[in-house]
Amino acid sequence: MFANERVRQRLPIDDLIEEAQRVLTICNACRYCEGYCAVFPALERRLAFDESDVHYLANLCHNCGACLYACQYAPPHPFHLNFPRVLAQVRKQTYGRYAWPRAFASAFDRNGVIVAVVTVLSVALLFAFTAWSADADRFFAAHQDAQGAFYALIPHGVMVSVFGAVFAFVVLALGVSSWRFWRETGASADSLRDATALGGATYDAASLKYLDGGGDGCTWPDEVPSVARRNFHHLTFYGFLACLAATIVATVYHYGFGWKAPYPLVSVPVILGTLGGAGLVAGPLGLLWLRARRDPELGDPRQAGMDAGLLVLLLVTSVSGLLLMSFRETRAMGTLLALHLGAVMALFLTMPYGKFVHALYRFAALIRFHIERRRPPTHAVAE
Amino acid sequence: MGLEDRQRCDVLVIGGGNAALCAALSAAEAGAHVMLVESAPVHYRGGNSRHTRNMRTMHVGPLDVLSGEYDEEEYWQDLLKVTGGRTDERLARIAIAQTPGHVGWMKRHGVRFQPPLGGTLQLARTNAFFLGGGKALVNAYYAAAQALGVDVAYDAEVVDLEIRDGRFVAATVRHDNVERRIEASVMIAASGGFESNLDWLREAWGPAADNFLIRGTPYNTGRVLRLLLDGGAKSVGDPTQGHCVAIDARAPKFDGGIVTRVDAVSLGIVVNTRAERFYDEGEDFWPKRYAIWGRLIAGQPDQLAFVIIDAKSIGRFMPPVYPPMRAPSIAQLAPMLGLDAGALERTVSRFNAAVRPGTFDHTVLDDCCTEGLAPPKTHWARRIDTAPFYAYPLRPGLTFTYLGVGIDERARLLMQDDTPAQNIYAAGEISAGSILGQGYLAGIGMAIGTTFGRIAGEEAAQHVRE
Repeated sequence: MFANERVRQRLPIDDLIEEAQRVLTICNACRYCEGYCAVFPALERRLAFDESDVHYLANLCHNCGACLYACQYAPPHPFHLNFPRVLAQVRKQTYGRYAWPRAFASAFDRNGVIVAVVTVLSVALLFAFTAWSADADRFFAAHQDAQGAFYALIPHGVMVSVFGAVFAFVVLALGVSSWRFWRETGASADSLRDATALGGATYDAASLKYLDGGGDGCTWPDEVPSVARRNFHHLTFYGFLACLAATIVATVYHYGFGWKAPYPLVSVPVILGTLGGAGLVAGPLGLLWLRARRDPELGDPRQAGMDAGLLVLLLVTSVSGLLLMSFRETRAMGTLLALHLGAVMALFLTMPYGKFVHALYRFAALIRFHIERRRPPTHAVAE
Repeated sequence: MGLEDRQRCDVLVIGGGNAALCAALSAAEAGAHVMLVESAPVHYRGGNSRHTRNMRTMHVGPLDVLSGEYDEEEYWQDLLKVTGGRTDERLARIAIAQTPGHVGWMKRHGVRFQPPLGGTLQLARTNAFFLGGGKALVNAYYAAAQALGVDVAYDAEVVDLEIRDGRFVAATVRHDNVERRIEASVMIAASGGFESNLDWLREAWGPAADNFLIRGTPYNTGRVLRLLLDGGAKSVGDPTQGHCVAIDARAPKFDGGIVTRVDAVSLGIVVNTRAERFYDEGEDFWPKRYAIWGRLIAGQPDQLAFVIIDAKSIGRFMPPVYPPMRAPSIAQLAPMLGLDAGALERTVSRFNAAVRPGTFDHTVLDDCCTEGLAPPKTHWARRIDTAPFYAYPLRPGLTFTYLGVGIDERARLLMQDDTPAQNIYAAGEISAGSILGQGYLAGIGMAIGTTFGRIAGEEAAQHVRE
């Protein structure tokens, strides 16, 4: 690595935007990479890049890496163009800039540490609470697989009100952040009702279209195109959705039918939760494995903590959930329940202040991309 | 791979760009043990191929990567026109006729294609575009070569050739400051031109060469070309001919590549350092226009010119990488360019007065032209009258050189007596001068390099077998 490269990784915020503008201007004059993804066609619609354009384009980038290896101006060329890295650095700035409440913006600076601390505190809190609400005998008792065993340790009302409050706060924080990002990058409120754009963005996000490096897979963890990263991300994302679905079904069971958790092994919540949990083990493990082997030129090395933070937390959540399901009739149930609920609480609490937010901003950027692509360009380059 | 002392191989490929890689892949696939020596370090490998982006390809019907039809005759006529007849029809037709087969071969070796780039739609019918451009192509070929067991050495410059009576014996390769002798049954020279050799350029062009900017890396020194010529190879072409375009004068001396081009010429006027116009800016479309302006500027004082446009033209050309100089009046713009304000104002007003009314349409050769002006501007002439005014400084940007060695239709090197060398082949820019005597046709360099690279590789492997 070059001395000036080390300096670049610590660019102050305004210099970072300027560096991104410099890089985008070079890319707009070159355009060789336009077949790789949405970012290049989007930047070609512009003659200059203001700060909101920079945030939009940075979040449209999926960091597949194909353009870095194809770039004739990549380091050590004197133009020193590392497109995926600069955009990754801007994304981190986006996350802080639109964080709500604003006071939490700095959570993105030492994100790995913060996620770890919140996780430890959440788990400790859950242990403390269960220890307080249930005596040692009950905590370490082996339970029959009878309905309501979990609630014998933590009263249902307490569980619902605590997690309900956390969930409501997370939804509010994520909603405010994405709304502000959406408005400040120049999009109108009406455009969110654009069904075609929403459909296109949903398809792109659900299929991870832009983690394909233009066809052969993304150049990750190195120059050789591979579909591994996309597949591990799919496992993670759909695993997460399945777990969320399991929780929703369980909520319906509880309030709609009065059936109390834990549910039988061949019930919808348990099957969904198990499949989702398996995805949330394999996906994050695969992504962590790829990340460990990643070409250091790809992405922003200073975000390793943030990226690993979410992946490790997802792993703790899924592994503790699967263990809870497997050993729920043993004396370990109390411990596993506290661990799992602590991890889930940490996952939700850090959601608006960690890597998870990439999904929101990227989805918003994809919607904007689909809206823009139907409009004629603002300038017509002569042929 | 480490270059071991006195290494031997079947086929030694000198060079690391498209033609060299096509030759190495073809020879290795035919069973030969191939070594490829690239003088550049790995990050700058590929010669000018790292900056290319498409290949001019003949095709009789639409292909997935090409629209319409572009037959051999039209391709040949296009070449005849740009070269003014300075071309070897036999070799040119071989290069052209083989292009349809290249697309599939390239795909099989990992090259990917895409629809034409934004801003280059006029090439949709004639040129197949590489996804990610030339560096992606070069990367794919190196990966394919590695898979085939080709030994590749970087930072490995050939400093001497042992050629006896038209027969290659060995090459001396400098690597890690150590010189090593490599023997081979066959040698393929695909090491490009001499565009980065400033001394050689000065020899050919005189002091004007000092003001040229070189669009490729500093590794295109022509050392092997010189060794071959000194070793008795037949010389073809003229050392002052090459592909030379107008690029931003602020570009780096070497390796500015594609982004330094400025294509605003047809929208305004171009003046030299005396603030005088010197050529019809509206003569033709890009890329034909693009291909002549470097040479035109090379003929001007200090090899420096300025394209001047007004606010009406902003957004109508590919965005350049450097910002324009900008001023509210022509008189204020002139000193920013080091020009005499009065002289520039006179040139602009004479031009403006000569502009006839017409319907501006940048997509056709429109009827906007000047009357009674020398030189005229025959299309797209609009008055330069809307502030702010903008200027880009331009210099010649040298891409390829055409002085090279002669080859026959089997890519065999021709010696001075026109007999083919026994075991030496040449491909790519080093032997393109037969086909390109002057001028340039976008994407034909890749066609020539791929055709003769593949021929050289196949012939070399066959020679080894015999």
